[in-house]
Amino acid sequence: MTKPYLSIELLTQQFPDGAGGTLTVFENSTFGVEQGEFVCILGHSGCGKSTLMNVLAGLAERTSGAVIMDGEQISGPSLDRGVVFQNYSLLPWLSALKNVMFGVAARHPDWSKAEVQAHSEKYLAMVGLDGDAIHRKPSQLSGGMRQRVSIARAFANHPKLLLLDEPFGALDALTRGTIQDELLKIWNGTNQTVFMITHDIDEAILLADRILLMTNGPFARVAEAVEITIPRPRRREEIIDHPNYYAIRNHLVHFLGSRSNELAGQSGGGTVHTPETIRIDRTGNDPLESDDDPTHPAQLRAVNE
Amino acid sequence: MVQKIDMRSTVLSLTILLIGIFIWHVATHVPDTGPKGVVLSQTETDTLLGKNMLPEDIEYYSAQGVEFTQLEQIASLNLSRAMIEAAGGIRALGISVPDENSAPAPGSLFPSPSQIGTELWATVTDPFYVAGTNDMGYGIQMGYSLLRVLIGYSLSAAVAIPLGFLIGMSPMFYKALDPFIQVLKPISPLAWMPIALFTIGDSELSSIFVIFICSLWPMLTNTAFGVANVRSDWVNVARTHELSTTKTALTVILPAAAPTIITGMRISIGIAWLVIVAAEMLVGGTGIGYVVWNEWNGLRLDRMIVAILLIGVVGMLLDTAFARLQRAVAYAE
Repeated sequence: MTKPYLSIELLTQQFPDGAGGTLTVFENSTFGVEQGEFVCILGHSGCGKSTLMNVLAGLAERTSGAVIMDGEQISGPSLDRGVVFQNYSLLPWLSALKNVMFGVAARHPDWSKAEVQAHSEKYLAMVGLDGDAIHRKPSQLSGGMRQRVSIARAFANHPKLLLLDEPFGALDALTRGTIQDELLKIWNGTNQTVFMITHDIDEAILLADRILLMTNGPFARVAEAVEITIPRPRRREEIIDHPNYYAIRNHLVHFLGSRSNELAGQSGGGTVHTPETIRIDRTGNDPLESDDDPTHPAQLRAVNE
Repeated sequence: MVQKIDMRSTVLSLTILLIGIFIWHVATHVPDTGPKGVVLSQTETDTLLGKNMLPEDIEYYSAQGVEFTQLEQIASLNLSRAMIEAAGGIRALGISVPDENSAPAPGSLFPSPSQIGTELWATVTDPFYVAGTNDMGYGIQMGYSLLRVLIGYSLSAAVAIPLGFLIGMSPMFYKALDPFIQVLKPISPLAWMPIALFTIGDSELSSIFVIFICSLWPMLTNTAFGVANVRSDWVNVARTHELSTTKTALTVILPAAAPTIITGMRISIGIAWLVIVAAEMLVGGTGIGYVVWNEWNGLRLDRMIVAILLIGVVGMLLDTAFARLQRAVAYAE
């Protein structure tokens, strides 16, 4: 089996617990993300999603294990891994345009100012920001607009991997929906590899090719990788009618509701934790599905890779 | 609404000013009663001088209201004023002079508002005259003081801001330098003066050194604090964009910490302006601080008060300049 584009191998993260011992956030986690794939990671608060994100971004030192992207071990932050933070992390003394230009200029130091500006304006327009608004400071923009700027800044740099850390967590539901659609629109055209943290199940189903499910911490692990067997392009009002939608959704709810806690780990003692791949398809055209007992069509299948 | 408040506050300010000036005027007003000093004609003065009377004695007695005829009597005694005083004064020598009670009330030594106004006008209209080493326009003296502050303060900023960055960005340097800062910071700037005068020798450079040392601490501590407390999110943005340390310091940390740094600079310029006046009183020579001391020694309280007023105005202008700068670098999160 060839290595996936982004390969997380035996990743362990420990922190001092403040009482002299160590707190193991996750241990020997192993999973992969393919190129061009949109992966969401779902889990309860405190399970180590953000720690995982910081390790992938290179902002935190991993305790042990390896993160290999495109054949190279990552070390430290890099322009190849763009990050959209939950709190937008725009520089408040720069206008929206200047914030995007800040990123583009860092990526392309050889570009002229006019090129940088034109490129930045193009990506701001892609998230629906143009005209007067791009010259405003972040404090003069709504939360949704700020996150749009942040997304534009990340996409404009064409990183090999785009990391989204609960990007819509601080937004109201309606704004969130709009920006999700915009994110999908931009992503469709780019073949961009995306790794996104969320705790919103519907958001994950709408956006992701695959959803990684994390158990509760400490000793959290990625327990399952659920494939989203709903064809793209997806529209939020259409996917809910897809036969797989509620099957997948129920599976996720069950996991987060009870099994994330049941599976909550103790130290595995060196066991390698690879997620179990779950494929749920009730459209009837899945070859694996055809083996099923036709009298129990509603039964879910968990298939090991 | 804001306009209304602005207008009311202006009216209130003016009222307070007028009341203050009125009280000042009443307190220093001399009622125009009692006999005045006698004014002697030139021939009368010459006569007295011919009788070997000293000019200052003539002036002294005539100011007390002693008439020419009595002055002639005094002159004929052929005694110095000190001897007359020793003998119990001219009245004891049988010369009738106006009663002391009816002598002119000694005018209040404290200048009245109108005197200050006249002096202020003279200063403002001709600030740059030079009539001798001890008699220069206040514009020139103010220039000396400002130049000293400017040099000392700029040197201080050139040291404090980079050093503050270093301390703010490196916890190791912070811990290493903190004890020195904590001990040196509370020392009164003027306490450095003797050391400066002894080691540097030159009084001009010594006062610049004192400005340097007193401006240093607020800028240093504020810069270090501002730099150390830049939000980690913004630093992370710089890190994920692979910015070098220098570039991060200039494009992220500097603008993020600028409001705190400018606040430190504003405190420093205020202290520097306070200290230069005191330092110039000590070392003398030139400068607005020396002017205050010089006019006090010459008992020209009116000119001294004008100098003090100007010190306040220049201090306010310096502060206003930094307040502007502060607004320019401020940002809303």
